[in-house]
Amino acid sequence: MHKPFEITIVSGKGGTGKTSISLALSAVIPDAVLCDNDVDAADMHLVLIPEVKETHIFQGAYRPETDASKCSACGDCIEYCRFNALRMGENSFPILNRWACEGCRLCERVCPEQAISATHHNKSQWFISETRLGPFVHAKMLPGEENSGKLVTLIRREAKNLATTGNFRYILSDGPPGTGCATIATLTGTQLVLVVLEPSKTSLNDGIRLLALTRSFQLPVVAIINKSDMNNSMCNRMEDLLKRNNIPLLGKIKYDEQMLNAINAKQAITEYAPNSETTMEIMKVWKKMEEQITQLYNPTVIQ
Amino acid sequence: MAFKLAIASGKGGTGKTSVAINLMHRLSKLNSHTCLVDCDVEEPNMALLTDGVKKVHEAKVFQSVAGIDVSKCTFCRKCSDFCAFGAIVVIPGVPFARVTESLCHSCGACSYACQADAIYENAVEIGTIRSYNTPDNRQLTDAILKTGSPMQTVLIKKLKQLVLGREQDIFIFDAPPGTSCPVVETVSDADLVLLVAEPTPFGMHDLELSVALMQSMKLPFGVIINKSGLGTGIYDYLASNNIPLLGEIPFSKTFAEKYAGGSIMENIPEEIHVRYDQIAEKIWQIIQKSSYEALSLTSFIHA
Repeated sequence: MHKPFEITIVSGKGGTGKTSISLALSAVIPDAVLCDNDVDAADMHLVLIPEVKETHIFQGAYRPETDASKCSACGDCIEYCRFNALRMGENSFPILNRWACEGCRLCERVCPEQAISATHHNKSQWFISETRLGPFVHAKMLPGEENSGKLVTLIRREAKNLATTGNFRYILSDGPPGTGCATIATLTGTQLVLVVLEPSKTSLNDGIRLLALTRSFQLPVVAIINKSDMNNSMCNRMEDLLKRNNIPLLGKIKYDEQMLNAINAKQAITEYAPNSETTMEIMKVWKKMEEQITQLYNPTVIQ
Repeated sequence: MAFKLAIASGKGGTGKTSVAINLMHRLSKLNSHTCLVDCDVEEPNMALLTDGVKKVHEAKVFQSVAGIDVSKCTFCRKCSDFCAFGAIVVIPGVPFARVTESLCHSCGACSYACQADAIYENAVEIGTIRSYNTPDNRQLTDAILKTGSPMQTVLIKKLKQLVLGREQDIFIFDAPPGTSCPVVETVSDADLVLLVAEPTPFGMHDLELSVALMQSMKLPFGVIINKSGLGTGIYDYLASNNIPLLGEIPFSKTFAEKYAGGSIMENIPEEIHVRYDQIAEKIWQIIQKSSYEALSLTSFIHA
């Protein structure tokens, strides 16, 4: 059976241009299912303008509720909770701080009166959509929700199913910033990581941390430097870092005001300015990425 | 009572850390017991961007994680049934019983479930808390997540516990980007949250998510527009939702180039200095009144 190939775009530091680059590549890569893994602050849909085909409920963390008629105010739930999420209210009835609650259900288990029942918090949604640039799997997470890593894992699995059954060759996943749980969920089991860096001290520092994470997962990594003309000496340091780590630099994209104009026009830069220097560079990046993929996964093929 | 000021944004790279360092610079002149706390534990950059800091202390942070003593285990599976996070696998036939550390929330449900006293708790390293002194003798504290650990929220909680035990009058917390649990942990007890927003389509959308989080957490907040001049729709949004605008930092490519090199406080154009002075003055008024009432004054909403 046909197996889709997943490319995941991450950056470490936020605001380096992950989503703009993901969109630019979406318009250039033929045959891809798109997936917005940055469920905390999902933005791809603003440009892709998806026509939603399926809406699903994401089963969020458990949330306990206390039945006042059964509660004997013994305080066991408060004592057992390790997250200080419960306190005794004035009317001798435990009050939940939902922001501190992790949904472990221990309060429900320890209650001698069976007054507490926990149910899934069901306010986050995920979608399968059609867009002009291909099928699109995305999510709308309730702000403050606990399980963003779990939601990322779920939508990636759905994107893979969609690509497999629809015979798509690629999955293009736009990842979250950072190196924590959401990034770990986005990187686990992907096949090629594209790191979008910018020539700044912070991007360099965060890039080093991100590369340590990709190395621990033993993932193949390629990179591009966005806004490459912002600071030449930092750009050189960035290139040195990549060289030292044997990470192919696929392209350098200069600061381009048209990037923002494109997003304002709800288009990828490669749609908005098809003949621009930036578009040419993005196309070059894709061509090199295809070569990398061939080398990585078909080493015996002689071209 | 100390005043807790948190700086957050839905989108990454909007300038949270720059705003935090600039406000620190000004507020600490008005009250010497002002300290900075970098809660972006996935990518702590504050110390890197503050010239002349000296590390004075560092300590590893551990989280207790459940384990199973198979010599005592009866393979009854009750712990696995009680675990709300799917972290425990028990296969009676083999027999096999194990906790997946990365999924464990240390809630204690398995210990409560086990009748055979087979559950123990182990300390697992999740990161390091580092304390620095700035050249003008102020405290800066950050924490760095261990590569591959998904426990950023626990680390933020421990970092906050530590610093809040110190005698300081003003705490400035720099939050990670996004709207999920690490952000909730950082801002949960703030007296005022500053949302740093970019007037671009992605920036505006992510600001709306942050505003929804602030409203559902019932936290007092105001907005600082960074890189102003890149778009105008944000003013109508703030005005029509009655959100206080506490100040604007104009977009300057020259400043961005200098920032990329790593110097935040050096070479700031006079125009930007003036803007930060104005913002700091407003925040200082709010701190002195220790009251959100100051924020509802229409004089702060200059649309």
